[in-house]
Amino acid sequence: MSEIKEVIVKTDRLATDKYQVNMGPQHPSTHGVLRLLVTLEGEKVLNVQPHTGYIHSGIEKMCEAISYPQIIHLTDRMDYLSAHMSNEAVSLCVENALQIEVPDRVKYIRTIMDELTRLASHQLWWCVYGMDLGALTTFFYGLRDRELILDIFEETCGARMTVSYNTPGGLMFDIHPNFQKRVKDYIKYFKTKLPEYDQLLSGNVIMRERTEGIGYLTLEEAIDFGVTGPSGRASGFSNDVRKHQPYSAYPFVKFNEILDHRCDSLARYEVRIKEMWESISIIEQLIDNIPEGDYALKMKGVLKLPEGEFYQRVETARGEFGVFIVSDGKKNPYRLKFRSPGFSNLFALNKMAKGHKIADLVAIMSTLDLIIPDIDR
Amino acid sequence: MKSFIEYIVSIFKGVWTLLIGMKVTGKYVFTPWKHVTHSYPENRDTLVMFERFRGEVIMPHDANNEHKCTGCGICELNCPNGSIEIISKSIVTPEGKKKRLIDQHIYHLGMCTLCNLCVKACPTGAIVMGQNFEHAVWDRAKLTKVLNQPGSKISEGVKE
Amino acid sequence: MAFNIYDFTTLTHNIHVGLAESFSPVLATTIEWVIVGVVYLLFVALFGLFLVYAERKVCAAFQQRLGPTRVGPWGLLQTIADFIKLLMKELIMPRKADWFLYNLAPFIVIIASFLAIAVLPFAPGLQSLDFDIGVFYLTAVSSVGVIGILLAGWSSNNKYSLIGAMRSGAQILSYELSVSLSLLTMVVFAGTMQFSAIVEGQRDAWFIFSGHIPAIIAFVVFLIAGTAETNRGPFDLAEAESELVAGFHTEYSGIKFAMFFLAEYINLFIVSAVAATVFLGGWMPLHFGNFESFNHVMDFIPPVMWFFMKVLTVIFIIMWFKWTFPRLRVDQILTLEWKYLLPINLVNILLMALVVLTKFHF
Repeated sequence: MSEIKEVIVKTDRLATDKYQVNMGPQHPSTHGVLRLLVTLEGEKVLNVQPHTGYIHSGIEKMCEAISYPQIIHLTDRMDYLSAHMSNEAVSLCVENALQIEVPDRVKYIRTIMDELTRLASHQLWWCVYGMDLGALTTFFYGLRDRELILDIFEETCGARMTVSYNTPGGLMFDIHPNFQKRVKDYIKYFKTKLPEYDQLLSGNVIMRERTEGIGYLTLEEAIDFGVTGPSGRASGFSNDVRKHQPYSAYPFVKFNEILDHRCDSLARYEVRIKEMWESISIIEQLIDNIPEGDYALKMKGVLKLPEGEFYQRVETARGEFGVFIVSDGKKNPYRLKFRSPGFSNLFALNKMAKGHKIADLVAIMSTLDLIIPDIDR
Repeated sequence: MKSFIEYIVSIFKGVWTLLIGMKVTGKYVFTPWKHVTHSYPENRDTLVMFERFRGEVIMPHDANNEHKCTGCGICELNCPNGSIEIISKSIVTPEGKKKRLIDQHIYHLGMCTLCNLCVKACPTGAIVMGQNFEHAVWDRAKLTKVLNQPGSKISEGVKE
Repeated sequence: MAFNIYDFTTLTHNIHVGLAESFSPVLATTIEWVIVGVVYLLFVALFGLFLVYAERKVCAAFQQRLGPTRVGPWGLLQTIADFIKLLMKELIMPRKADWFLYNLAPFIVIIASFLAIAVLPFAPGLQSLDFDIGVFYLTAVSSVGVIGILLAGWSSNNKYSLIGAMRSGAQILSYELSVSLSLLTMVVFAGTMQFSAIVEGQRDAWFIFSGHIPAIIAFVVFLIAGTAETNRGPFDLAEAESELVAGFHTEYSGIKFAMFFLAEYINLFIVSAVAATVFLGGWMPLHFGNFESFNHVMDFIPPVMWFFMKVLTVIFIIMWFKWTFPRLRVDQILTLEWKYLLPINLVNILLMALVVLTKFHF
């Protein structure tokens, strides 16, 4: 009897073969320098452990040595696809700390640029997502549409991606005279292209097979991990900062918060497509009604925040981005901390990818829309 | 029987979505003259950047080799990472007053993040953002530039 | 020697007679083999180069950009530049790889492609092997390519190459079935397996028109199964899953990789040529039964050009698939074959048999 038991135990140990594979810091897909330690059993994923820090630049420490208007150009480079919103977060934090209110013109322009940035970010997400799934033409269609938004940014702010347009107290320059016309022409053009995105990728039976039922994240898990942004809203987690704590011109516009209760990859995909439609609607409501006025308040040469702690959150394309400033009355912050949405979203990957195959892992990671410099700062 | 009908219907629906996708790409492949790319190095002659494009910091000189920089150093104070170094000198004017003049306005293009704070802060508008974006050089020393040209002086009437 | 572009039989006959007069029979036959071999080699090399360039230009047209434009006029010399680069690369072999099999694998893949090209009718008179079991021979010989892939994966001594090769092998074997069955449908319709007889039988109308519904279904299934056969398009999991499982040709560099690469494009040509021959009429111009004047006009274009136009159209459709659709996962590829394509094929053969028996066709 004991021999039979031994045999059974031996075959039990032979049955599975777990091995660990490194999806190394250099990816063929374009997410950035992220190392994933994946534990596999055959083809099934058992555990995913992300190792971050390969692009850590010490931005928060650098901010302790420079003054508040100079922090803006560093926030561009963290979440580079939502540059304008990160700039706005720091500007709003400083303005709230100093208890000043910017003119309405500034609020409207900031919101329009916000929504254009959100459109550009979702376009880039869409094109990279198609490429990760294997439909290589989507890359070029998304970039083609994004280039026109970058032209709008270049004309008004001077740079395409690292805009540095906001500053505590307002904007760096007034909008270019062509701005309104360009934005209106672009909205008209993009409304003909967005249905094409649906026809090319969303409705495709192959895409549906690869995303439906893949990568579940229930509502409780989303709240536990703090998954914000479209990834969280696809699990039914209502976390849109623009609705719960409106800032800039968001109190003046009507828009819907897109919630979806299916919790899988397809839901995350569709939430972002619908958000693009909402962004278009917000821009349409604001673009014709920009009030006249100054483009910036007259600020002192050297800004000193009163002592205390100040927090400001904004809704970037990835989720809730927060700026926490601890000030001791000097012109540099004592400590500055960024709450990055990517960091919380990334660690939900383990829960989502358990039990799926390797081929799905990249697709799931792509729906989370991660920007690694945002995670590592 | 119901699942069999679902099976047949799913085949037709699947093929229909694939055909719609092919129609979208088909629209572009049959019009290849509408490409959206520029032929970059060949179109340098006709390439015009936007006027606010931030390429590099330059100090415009007019026809008499004059500029507007007073050497006040505000741009150096505003630069977040020390890409500007102002070396100024002091002279005594004929009226007997001490005046500060710019000797060298050193600009480290290699470190500059093109954030525009120096241009915004300059009280006389001496420096502006140029539109040249081709900065690749073989020798790193060429990235350290002196913005005021040799033999130039400040133009008359520039207020401090 | 009369060179009639509409019918190459005079040319081949004259060469044969000329050689038989001047040399002994054995030597004449050997020289003929050498001539045929050299012609095929040149054709494969040039057409392969052209296909690589065409793929890049077509891909660029889908993506609203230009493709290669700088090397040569309109970028025509781009592939030559690529191949010179591949020739100059170092041939690295993993230390514990099986030397013989590792070097043999690329050749097997190329040999399979050459064997298949030999039976295709390019024009009346331009067909080197005319079996009366042509279709059967073609499906048999195209299975030889799988051996090359499996050998490449095994002999590389690389876990991931092996997994990639196994996946690719499973995929190709499964889709062989669909390819053979859809070709069998048309054999049932044509009544013969000989390629020249199949083409002759399309003199009144191409099979895709005269065989209406079953032929169209067979054509669509053949296109899908053909792209899966060549590891292309939405079925390229084996070579594009480069995050973890790299393809079977990871450990190959330089000219050996170039052989795999070329073999893929030649396989693409073979699949398109078979589709063009069996469904679209081979070198037969577009005729419609009794429209005499129309048929006479269509006859002005030489059959060689008809053949290549049809092949290029089918190649374009296959490229269209690749650049539009996302990739399928490996279990979805196998599901597609065994649960969808195979039942459809079997029902289709039955349908075609009924159509032939009741003569319900044009």
